[in-house]
Amino acid sequence: MDKSAEQQASTGISSLVDDWSSDKQTFDMPWGKLMMWIFLLSDTFIFSVFLTAYMSVRMTTTADWPPTSEVFALVIAGQHVPLLLIAIMTFILITSSGTMAMAVNYAYQGKPQRAAKLMLLTALLGASFVGMQAFEWSKLIVDEGIRPWGNPFGAEQFGASFFLITGFHGMHVSVGVIYLAVIANRLRKGFYTDKGYHIVEITGLYWHFVDLVWVFIFAFFYLW
Amino acid sequence: MSDSSVQQHPISVYLKIWLLLFVLSTFSYMVDLYQLQGYLRWSLILLFMFLKAGLIISIFMHLAWERLALIYTILLPPLAILLLIAAMASEAGYIHFGRLLFFAQ
Repeated sequence: MDKSAEQQASTGISSLVDDWSSDKQTFDMPWGKLMMWIFLLSDTFIFSVFLTAYMSVRMTTTADWPPTSEVFALVIAGQHVPLLLIAIMTFILITSSGTMAMAVNYAYQGKPQRAAKLMLLTALLGASFVGMQAFEWSKLIVDEGIRPWGNPFGAEQFGASFFLITGFHGMHVSVGVIYLAVIANRLRKGFYTDKGYHIVEITGLYWHFVDLVWVFIFAFFYLW
Repeated sequence: MSDSSVQQHPISVYLKIWLLLFVLSTFSYMVDLYQLQGYLRWSLILLFMFLKAGLIISIFMHLAWERLALIYTILLPPLAILLLIAAMASEAGYIHFGRLLFFAQ
């Protein structure tokens, strides 16, 4: 990977042309990072197709769509608070993204112990997100009688869309928690001392993506 | 690998973005809390969503500091999804119309 100073300095469109036309590796980054980006790109398409399918069934149904802000309301001290649990879950996921970003920062500063602690904190926040989701699912299934094939509130397609989309996202969070725990443990043991700490950034990319998908689910499924 | 492949930025940047994401999430929650309706509701939801998504991708995922070769590789293909959305919305509108015409009580 012999780069001339001229190429290194190029910016804008000329950097694009340089990177693709020169006889060299196009993407100047560890292969793991590029592969994670490509994977996330494919994941983007999966979630987009799910959300587009949800849009389609919601547009085609002649029944009323269940009022999400009431379906997902919590009763706190006799008060009906709309979307409270979902709001808390949103803040938790954003916080976990923040701790993850700081973990990447500390890893590149050469402080793997600190980075490992922040990654474990991120995993813990992610696990609590999954826990709340399990609570939400059981409340919806047991108390409110929502099923993939029907529900007492309106359009039948509501349950199918809900369980598919949030289930797939919840699975991503769960996998992310395991991924984070494994990498944090290796980091703690000094596994990456010689290899460099790009792995923390790569894990972070996955985690931020999970947060990113939630932004879209929150907007389109819960708020719309 | 050149040193440019290491993403190193002051930690205050992340804290600011974190705070901003909190504020934006609160705003989008308030859209529901105040029961805004119609085009105002939808446009605000989309606005806050895109701002949050943009901050996460550009700052937390460092895409703003990557070279254009990667940025275009990641951001251009999803544009095809817009085509899918347009096609499915048009199809769904047609099906909805058919159902109203033939199935509605």
